[in-house]
Amino acid sequence: MSKTQNAIISSVRTVMGWVPAQWLPGGTPDPLIERRAAIGRQASRLDGPLKVAGEARFAAEVAMDRLCYAALVHSPVTRGRITRLDTGAAETAPGVILVMTHRTMPRIGTLPLIGITDLSAVGNSSIPIMLDAEIRYNGQVVAAVVAETQEQADHAASLIEIDYAIDAARTRFQDARPDARTPASLLMDKNHVSIGNAERELKRAPHRVDNMYRTPAQNHNAIELHAVTAAWEGDSLVLHDATQMIAPSAAALAKLFGLKREQVRVLSPFVGGGFGGKGLWDHQIVAIAAARLAGRPLRLMLSREGVYRMIGGRSPSEQRVAIGADAEGRFTALLHTGYSVMPPYGACPEPYTLGTRALYGARSFEIMQRHLDLDIVPNTFMRAPGEAIGSFAVESAIDELAHAMGVDPIALRLRNLPERHPISGAPFSQHALGQAYAEGAKRFGWDRRHAEPGTVREGEWRIGMGCATGSFPYARMPGANVRITLRGDGTAVIACSAQEMGMGTATVQAQHAADRLGLPLEAISVELGDSALPAAPMAGGSSQTASIAGAIAAAATKLAGELLRLAGNDSPIAGLRAGEVQLVEEGIASIADPTRRESYRSILARAAREAIAVTAAGSAPLEFLKFAMHSSSAIFCELRVSAVTGEVRVDRLLGSFDCGTILNPKTAASQFRGGMIMGLGLALMEETLFDERSGRIMNPSLADYHIPAHLDVPEIDVIWTGIPDPRSPLGARGIGEIGITGVAAAVANAVFNATGKRIRDLPITLDKLL
Amino acid sequence: MTPISYSRATSVAEAGRLADGAGARLLGGGTNLVDLMRKGVERPSRLVDVSGLSDAIELARSGSLVIGAAARNSAVAAHPLVRQRYPMLARAILAGASAQIRNMATVGGNLMQRTRCLYFADVAGSRCNKREPGSGCDAVGGFNRYHAVLGTSPACIAAHPSDMCVALAALDARVQVSGPGGDRMIPLVDFHRLPGDRPDRDTVLDPGEVIVAVELPASPFAGRSAYRKVRDRSSYAFALVSVAAGLTMREGRIEEVAIAFGGIAPKPWRASRAEAVLRGGPAAGAAFAAAADAELADAAPLAGNAFKLALTRRTLEAVLSELTGGSL
Repeated sequence: MSKTQNAIISSVRTVMGWVPAQWLPGGTPDPLIERRAAIGRQASRLDGPLKVAGEARFAAEVAMDRLCYAALVHSPVTRGRITRLDTGAAETAPGVILVMTHRTMPRIGTLPLIGITDLSAVGNSSIPIMLDAEIRYNGQVVAAVVAETQEQADHAASLIEIDYAIDAARTRFQDARPDARTPASLLMDKNHVSIGNAERELKRAPHRVDNMYRTPAQNHNAIELHAVTAAWEGDSLVLHDATQMIAPSAAALAKLFGLKREQVRVLSPFVGGGFGGKGLWDHQIVAIAAARLAGRPLRLMLSREGVYRMIGGRSPSEQRVAIGADAEGRFTALLHTGYSVMPPYGACPEPYTLGTRALYGARSFEIMQRHLDLDIVPNTFMRAPGEAIGSFAVESAIDELAHAMGVDPIALRLRNLPERHPISGAPFSQHALGQAYAEGAKRFGWDRRHAEPGTVREGEWRIGMGCATGSFPYARMPGANVRITLRGDGTAVIACSAQEMGMGTATVQAQHAADRLGLPLEAISVELGDSALPAAPMAGGSSQTASIAGAIAAAATKLAGELLRLAGNDSPIAGLRAGEVQLVEEGIASIADPTRRESYRSILARAAREAIAVTAAGSAPLEFLKFAMHSSSAIFCELRVSAVTGEVRVDRLLGSFDCGTILNPKTAASQFRGGMIMGLGLALMEETLFDERSGRIMNPSLADYHIPAHLDVPEIDVIWTGIPDPRSPLGARGIGEIGITGVAAAVANAVFNATGKRIRDLPITLDKLL
Repeated sequence: MTPISYSRATSVAEAGRLADGAGARLLGGGTNLVDLMRKGVERPSRLVDVSGLSDAIELARSGSLVIGAAARNSAVAAHPLVRQRYPMLARAILAGASAQIRNMATVGGNLMQRTRCLYFADVAGSRCNKREPGSGCDAVGGFNRYHAVLGTSPACIAAHPSDMCVALAALDARVQVSGPGGDRMIPLVDFHRLPGDRPDRDTVLDPGEVIVAVELPASPFAGRSAYRKVRDRSSYAFALVSVAAGLTMREGRIEEVAIAFGGIAPKPWRASRAEAVLRGGPAAGAAFAAAADAELADAAPLAGNAFKLALTRRTLEAVLSELTGGSL
C-alpha cells in the first residue's frame, strides 16, 4: 500500500467532509429503519434443515463422473531449492494418473495480491506456484499426485523423493527487527499517525503506563477443510470451492489461466466457516492445473495439517502501548507501536493499531506499525485482523492505568470517549458505547467487583472480574450487484454471488427483501454462492450484509421504476414517479396517498408477464469516508484462577454490543457468541508453535493446537443497544468480527483482578500464573 | 499401496502367533495406532485385531480385580467394582481423552500408547530418536512444554501420555502377559521402560507377547484416594502434571501411601521416594514439601518445562492436604 493511496484516500475524505450529508448514500436514513416487519424477527436459518439433514452440499462432496483425486507434497525445508526430484515410484504406483511438479506445471503467471483498487485482486501470495525449484517457506507445495482414489494419491505422494539444497532462512522474530519495514498505509488508513508530541506528553503525565504486549501466531481452523472440485468443460472451468470470495476468485482465475471471465464459474453454495482463511491460495491453482493435465474432473481436499502448512493465519505481534493521563484521568498521550510479520510476497498486514485511532480521545497520539519479513507461509486475515490483538494491548493498558490511578476502569474509559473521531475529526454516524457499558455492567453485576486484586477466594480458587472494550469498523464494499426477480404469483427471488458461510446471509437478506418489497418472508427465496449470478464482493471485513443490503435497496428502487412503466396508464398508480411510491403490502403504492396502489400480481397479470427481473449495483460506499462508522462493545468476564495450579476457568462472559440495527436476533447472538468463544481461545490457549530453528509449524492438528473445548465455554450472555445507524442500509453495521475483539483483554483484566498478576503475553497459560 | 494384512484374533494364543514377527502390530481401539499410521510414524504390514479378546472385568479368588485387555476405557471407568474399590482409576480414565475416544480405547491399547511429542509425530520435518534411533532429538532445544523432567536421557525427553496408567502405577497393578516364552506377570511400574539409549522401545514386551489382562490387587486406598490432572484446557488435553495418590491414616499419621505422577516422565512415575518420606510421618505441610523435594531431586528440567517442578510440587501438596483432611 502506497503513499499515492494515502494521498488519494485523504483527498477523498477531505472532499467528503465538504459534501452535505444528504447528497451521500445514507444521507437520508433508510426508510426500513422505521418500517420493519420481517427484519428483527427471530427467523431460523433457511439453510438449517438442509444442514441437519446432510443435504447441504459442500465443495468436497460434489459428485462427478470420472472424478480423480489429488494429494500434495509439502516442502519440509524452509529456504533452498530442489536439487533432485524422483517421481518414478509415485508415477508407477497403483492408480496414479499423473504427478505434477514444477517441471510439468502449466506456465501461468502469479496472482495479483489482495488490494483495494482491483476487486479481482485476491491473491494471498505473489510467490510463483510450483513454477520453479525454489523453496520460499516451510510447507510450500512442491508436488501434486493425481490418482483414481484419495488413498492411492496419498500413498503415491509418500513415494516421491526430493533432495533440497538448504539455504539460510529468516525465521526468528527478534532477529528480523533491524530490517523491519515501515509501510505507508494499512488497508485504507495511513500507517503513521503523529499528533502533538506524544513522547513528551507521556513523560509529563502525572499518571502513565508504558508496557509491551505480545500475541502469538495463530492458524485458521474452520471445521470444513479447504477443498476444491475442479472440472474443465472444453476451455471452460467449473470450480466447486470452499471460498469466501466467489466472484473475485472467478475473475482472478480467468486472468491467471488466460480465460474470458464467462469461461470460469465458481460455485460455493455453502462454506463450513471462513474467518478470513477461505481465500484464494495455492491449492485451487494446483487443482485446476492438475485437472487440466489429467483431462478429468479432480478433487483436492487439504488435510488438517495441509491447512496449517499452506494457509496463512494470524501474525504474531509485539506491541508497545503507553498512555499518559492528567489528574482527572483524561488521556494526554496515547502511543501504540509495534511489530508484526508480513513477508513482502504477502498481502495482509495485521493492522493492530487501527482500532486505537477511533476509540478514545487524547491530546497527543503516536501510532505506527512495522512489518517483519520472515520466510513463512504468508499470513492472512483472521477474524478481526488487527482489532482482535490490538484491543488486547490497549484495553489491558487502560485497565493497568485505571488500577494505578485507583479509578474504576469503566469510568476511565467513559471519561475518554471522544465526541468526534479523534484522528480525522469526522463525526460519528452513531456511537453508544457508554450505553453499552451501562447496560452491560448492570446486567453483569459489575458493582459486585472488588477493585483490590486477589481479595475474593473460594477454596483454592481466586475469583476476579474484568471488562474491556471491543470495536470494529463499519464497511460496505463497492461492486455489490443483486438481481430481484418478481414473479406473477407474488413471490420474489433475490440472487447474487455472495457467500453463505454459516452466518445466516441468505436468511437475513430474505428478511430484508421481504420488508423492502413489502412481501411476506415466505414469499422470498435467496440464491447465493455462484459466480454466474450477479457479482457480489468477497465476504470480509464484516461488510457482506451491508454490501448486499445496499444492492437490494438499489435493485428495489429500479424495480419500482419498472413496475411503474409496466403498470401503464390504466393503473391507480399511473403518473407517479419512482420517488413518490413505495413497495408495500405486496404491491406498489403512492407515499402521499396510500389508497393509490396496485398489487404486483395485478400489474404483472395485466402486462401478461410471468415475472420481471432487475439487476442493480449498490451505491458507492461513500458514507464511511464522510462519517466515522464504528461498532463497539463492552465485554465482561468473571473467572477463577487456581492458587495451586494457575489453571484459569472462565465462569461467565457477557457481551454488550452497539452495532446498529440487529437484523435477526437469533443469527446475531450466534455470531456474537461464536466470536467471543474464539476470543476465549485467543486469551487462553490458541498458539501456533512455530519452531524458529527450522521455520516449521509443529502443532498442525486440533489435538495439539488448542481451541476451547465445550467445557471451557461458560454461559455467554449477549445483549445489544439496537440503535440504528442512520447512515447505513437498514441501520445495520457488520457483526461478524466484533465478537472476538475485547475478549482477550477482558480475560486478562479479570485474571489481574483475581490474582494481582498482569499477563501481557498471550495465551494466558497456567505456567504464567504459578 | 503398502499392503496391510488385517486379521481378528479369536484367542490369546492366536494373537501371539499372528503378532510374532516384524511389522506386526496389535490393534485395540485404534485411537492411537491408526493416527500414527496416518502420519507415517507407524508403518505396520500386519494388523492383528485383539479387540475381540477378553473384556471381562471380574473378581479373582485372590481378591484382585482382573480387567481383560480388550475392556473399553469407558466400561472400566463405569464398572461398579472399579468405582467402589479403585475410584482413583475411574477418575483417571475419565480425565483422559474424550468420551468418543474412551468408548473405543482399550485397556491394553492404553498401556501401549505412544508419546505425543510433536517431533515424534513429524515424520517429514523432524529428527526423533524414538521414531528413528540415532537420528537425533529436536525436542531438547525446541518445544518441550509437554515433556518429561524425570527419567529422561540425552536421547529422549518424551513424556508418557496416559492417565489410566498413572492410577494403575499407584495401585500396584500387574500386567498379565502371554507369549512364546510362556505367561508372565509384569508389575505395571516395570512394564514401561525409561528411554536410556533405546528410546524406540517403550515397554519390556518381547516380540509375540500379548497383553491379556491387568490385575489390580485389593487396595486399602478406596476411602482416601484422588486423581488430579492439570492441563491447558478443561478437557481433551494431555496432562502437564497429574497426581494419583491414595493413603491410609492412623492416629493422625500417614500409615500407607501410594503416589504416582503423570506428564513428567517417560513412564507412569511411581513416586517411591516421596512415599518413603511420608510413610509413618505426620500429615503436615512440611512433610508434603519434603516428599516433593525428595522425588524431584534428580529432575532435569528444560526451558519449556521447568514450570513443571513447581506445578508438580504444588499439585502433590494440594492432593495430600486434601486426602489427609486438611485445607489449603
